[in-house]
Amino acid sequence: MPRYYTDEHEWIDVEGDSATVGITDYAQEQLGDIVFVELPSVGTVLDKAGDAAVVESVKAASDVYAPISGEVTETNGALEEDPALVNSSPEEEGWFFRLSISDTAELEGLMDEKGYKAFVDSL
Amino acid sequence: MSEEELPEELPLGTLPLDAWHRDRGARMVPFAGYEMPIQYEGIVAEHEWTRTSASLFDVSHMGQLALKSPEIDPTLAARELEKLLPGAITNLKPGKMRYSLLLTEDGGIIDDLMVTNTGSHLALVVNGACKWDDIAHLREHLDDDVTLTHLDDFALLALQGPRAGEVLENLVPGTGALTFMTAGLFEWNGGHLWVSRAGYTGEDGFEIAVQEDKAEALADALVADERVKPAGLGARDSLRLEAGLPLYGHDLTIDTDPVSADLTFALSKKRREAGGYSGHTAVLGRLADLESGTLAQRRVGLKLDGRLPAREGAEVFSGDKKVGIVTSGGFSPTLGHPIAMAFVDAAYAAPETQLECEVRNRRLPASVTPMPFVPHRYFRGN
Repeated sequence: MPRYYTDEHEWIDVEGDSATVGITDYAQEQLGDIVFVELPSVGTVLDKAGDAAVVESVKAASDVYAPISGEVTETNGALEEDPALVNSSPEEEGWFFRLSISDTAELEGLMDEKGYKAFVDSL
Repeated sequence: MSEEELPEELPLGTLPLDAWHRDRGARMVPFAGYEMPIQYEGIVAEHEWTRTSASLFDVSHMGQLALKSPEIDPTLAARELEKLLPGAITNLKPGKMRYSLLLTEDGGIIDDLMVTNTGSHLALVVNGACKWDDIAHLREHLDDDVTLTHLDDFALLALQGPRAGEVLENLVPGTGALTFMTAGLFEWNGGHLWVSRAGYTGEDGFEIAVQEDKAEALADALVADERVKPAGLGARDSLRLEAGLPLYGHDLTIDTDPVSADLTFALSKKRREAGGYSGHTAVLGRLADLESGTLAQRRVGLKLDGRLPAREGAEVFSGDKKVGIVTSGGFSPTLGHPIAMAFVDAAYAAPETQLECEVRNRRLPASVTPMPFVPHRYFRGN
């Protein structure tokens, strides 16, 4: 299952027409202790680079953008009970939502793991 | 340099412990004109450590000022300062400190500050972001015979938490005998420390003024004690919010007055009657409004359900009516739910009034709650 990354620090796992989205370990590290995650409702149609979710850390609220256009099919209910999952397991248990990809061509231009690592090292 | 030639953003200053923080992995951010540590291992961990043990905060960005009277007139500085704030300073005994407010003629709050009678002079600690304006205000209004010194070669460390007393007594014998809002001069490592039993976290603790060339050694000695960990300004902010303490520039501004800001405790009773300070007439007017129920707004505490915080700028509603605005807010690590301070129309300021905060078009139920949100644990003596 290929994983892509955005320069806004989201990751996206792609399996056929379905994608799972979360924020990277680097992003959660920068945000600090996360106390609330506001997820899109199932059925919401997201535009690539548009607002998708909001992460509230102790100190601030931060927007999370959709790495790709599509319709939200599922959200991670575990984050309601335990938002700190984003800190403890950002790239696995702490995923945000799944969507059905409307245009796989939008994946072009996203970074792979190696590219993202180089990007983060350059920050 | 004329005003037009001033660069829009002045370069950030470096404080004495800058390298010390970086060596310990602090994340540094611009604050009040300096690079300051916002956090080390994480705000919640640092917050909880402060509530259960002791944390070392660097607050060297704050302004440390000294007002000295001429020898011929030893009470001049106190008399002069009393013209600018509503607290009683002339009767402040050596070693005692008082929280007060610099006021405009209209009763607007220029800054909040701590004033200590050191015995030889008055020591002022003012907010970092306000210090240059405060210095200008003081220079403009104080008698020329009062000497104002900006003690910018001193660092200021805050050791805060329930174990702060035993830690500092161990390192600097005698400090454990200080009680809340008293201060004294102590010797340490061949130099002097000016130690105040105060802070802005709601916990017992100290603020320690130390010459900058001894600041690293003192910080090292404090964190060498396993009961002490360094903490950043992020935790300091969440602690002071839980303690119900207002933050200048957010909960207090030049457009707020002491009565609306719920700081009537800082209005000395004797001076309320006698007057003689900037803003006195306006303050009396607000006090009369408070008694007659015509005060426009009041600072209140809000408790929110759920986990979504309402932050500074969030509008407060009662039904469809906008009745106020959040001036600072966040998630309370101690209580496990969001809390906020807000200015609301005085008719909605009573405890348990049910209101709503609007966050991203969502209405969050909030109830007016007495402050502090988390009880203070100051050391007032055995």
